[in-house]
Amino acid sequence: MMTSRNHIMEQVYTVEAGNFVLAGEASGQIKKVLKQLGVDSNIVRRVTVAAYEAEMNMVIHSVGGELILKVTPERITVTARDRGPGIPDIGLAMQEGYSTAPEIARELGFGAGMGLPNIKRCADSLNMQSKVGEGTILEAYFDIKAR
Amino acid sequence: MKLGEIRAALDAEVLAGEEMMDCEVASACASDLMSDIMYYVKKHTVLLTGLTNVHAVRTADMLDVNAIVFVGNKKPMPGIIDMAREKNIAVLATKYPMYEACGKLYSLGLPACVRNV
Repeated sequence: MMTSRNHIMEQVYTVEAGNFVLAGEASGQIKKVLKQLGVDSNIVRRVTVAAYEAEMNMVIHSVGGELILKVTPERITVTARDRGPGIPDIGLAMQEGYSTAPEIARELGFGAGMGLPNIKRCADSLNMQSKVGEGTILEAYFDIKAR
Repeated sequence: MKLGEIRAALDAEVLAGEEMMDCEVASACASDLMSDIMYYVKKHTVLLTGLTNVHAVRTADMLDVNAIVFVGNKKPMPGIIDMAREKNIAVLATKYPMYEACGKLYSLGLPACVRNV
């Protein structure tokens, strides 16, 4: 964990492709960190759900990547960055119910085609870019409202 | 509704969280799809599921769900029950299948979760 004078905290978690046993550990850590920082519990839940869905997406679909949590006094950012294979049609992937997840993911309760829509709904804003053969970067932003 | 009332209505066995039976539950959500659960669940919800792997407990933990009911006579592996205990989540198991378990709780007035995180 790094804390600078500007009160910026950034933490990076490695996400292993196909490891369904460890899947969710990184998001669990993110929840713990945010709770320790005293972030409002509703925001913590929204960030955690988005992080968990993004983490599961990388476990299920990618060749591996990382989940990055960045916290500033104004905003929380969750970034999921993987090394491929990339999403050919993001618009289609964002549709509720659309899924390309394999049977193993479905057996574990995932692959319902709700991951990206869930992330979009939880975040205050979402930025997603993908290039086939290179990878996907998803950034979910959460405003910390003034108390 | 108290967790103890849910246990009684479902004739359920308590696998973890015996001391939590006085906890209040405001609503219920039922699915074997974790993303569906993440879409619907709010605080103080009981989760009914037939999914007995580690992700049922992880999902419950992420959402601050304080109780899981495994339906249809399914019981999770001991490691999963230990994990729930660590995270302060009560675990119940009922012989009733999903539809019947939901019907019993609904008819006692336990409302469904609405779409809201």
